Amino acid sequence: MLNYIWAGMIVIAFVVAFFTGRIEETTKAALDSASTAVQMSIALLGIMCLWTGIMKICEKSGLIKVIAKVIKPLTKRLFPQVPHNSPAMGAIVMNMVANMMGLANAATPLGLKAMNELQKLNRYKDTASNAMCMFVVVNTASIQLIPATVIAIRSAESSNNPFEIIVTVWLTSLAAVFVGVTMAKIMGRNIKFGVWSVRRKKVSRKLDV
Amino acid sequence: MAWIQLISNLAIPVMFVAIISYGIAVEVKVYDCFVEGAKEGLEVMIRILPPLVGLLVAIGVFRASGALELLTFALTPLTRIVRIPSEVMPLALMRPISGTASLALVTDLIKQYGPDSFIGRITSTMMGSTETTFYTLAVYFGAAGIKNVRHTILAALLADLTGIIVSVWICGFIFGWN
Repeated sequence: MLNYIWAGMIVIAFVVAFFTGRIEETTKAALDSASTAVQMSIALLGIMCLWTGIMKICEKSGLIKVIAKVIKPLTKRLFPQVPHNSPAMGAIVMNMVANMMGLANAATPLGLKAMNELQKLNRYKDTASNAMCMFVVVNTASIQLIPATVIAIRSAESSNNPFEIIVTVWLTSLAAVFVGVTMAKIMGRNIKFGVWSVRRKKVSRKLDV
Repeated sequence: MAWIQLISNLAIPVMFVAIISYGIAVEVKVYDCFVEGAKEGLEVMIRILPPLVGLLVAIGVFRASGALELLTFALTPLTRIVRIPSEVMPLALMRPISGTASLALVTDLIKQYGPDSFIGRITSTMMGSTETTFYTLAVYFGAAGIKNVRHTILAALLADLTGIIVSVWICGFIFGWN
């Protein structure tokens, strides 16, 4: 998909430039943007290293396991079908905490493990269970305690206060997660809703886990 | 809204002290861990540099040619309904599709309008509070071998839409509508 968007943007840009008479500026913009990308990466590099370094301590010291225990009551409500002490629940909780801490490198393998464990509990192997849908929705809504990349860009562009958006990010994330979770719960109840495309008749009322 | 500023300013120092103290308490070699993690940060940046060059060039020519103006102009009637500035609409559309392309758009928008402008703040909030939905969907369901994802896409996109609209409103409410 990105192949088409990228090609489309460049081709359309030069066609438009032909009509607006901005061919020269557009060519210059191409060269300038390429060097901007490198400058930006260098400006971001220090903060990114600082952040991934601190987060490695969080990972290695087992702090994420401690946080995982704290949020477990919440995940029990989100995933009522998943047994409390199953490896599936363990992977789900750890993935959510890793995501919150911005540990992308740790979160993805944990998420894949969670999906595989959920698949073991899944009755219809080619159709997502409610727990799987909920897990992916929570993942795509992303609650990040510290949006490190954005802060890095803001301070690279010499913001007066690069951190001022932390609370707005939290509030926005909460709203997005709330809507995502509510929609997943509501639509999860209606089995027909999502199953019209494949094997409609074979999926019974007991679709869940 | 002084307390919101205070929480925002304290979030990072509190996390630094908490994480490092906990590491010392459970006798982890905190400095060695830090260096190991920082190396991962370097690897990540090296990995995203080539796509960032490609995408920033695409965005750069798209803006300079006037095509971006045409696109935002075309999107204006849509954005007026929910009070989203049309300048951030390309980011809103790109966010669920590609993380690096969104990063490139955020870089471009913050450079153009400044990090402390209304648009700069909305851009920052939107980027920080949403994820690359389609990528996550493809990777997770692909790994489990699921073909029918049922209501996941709809629920995830509604969450994204909420994030986009709310980020504008929250920024307007906290920092003012300009």
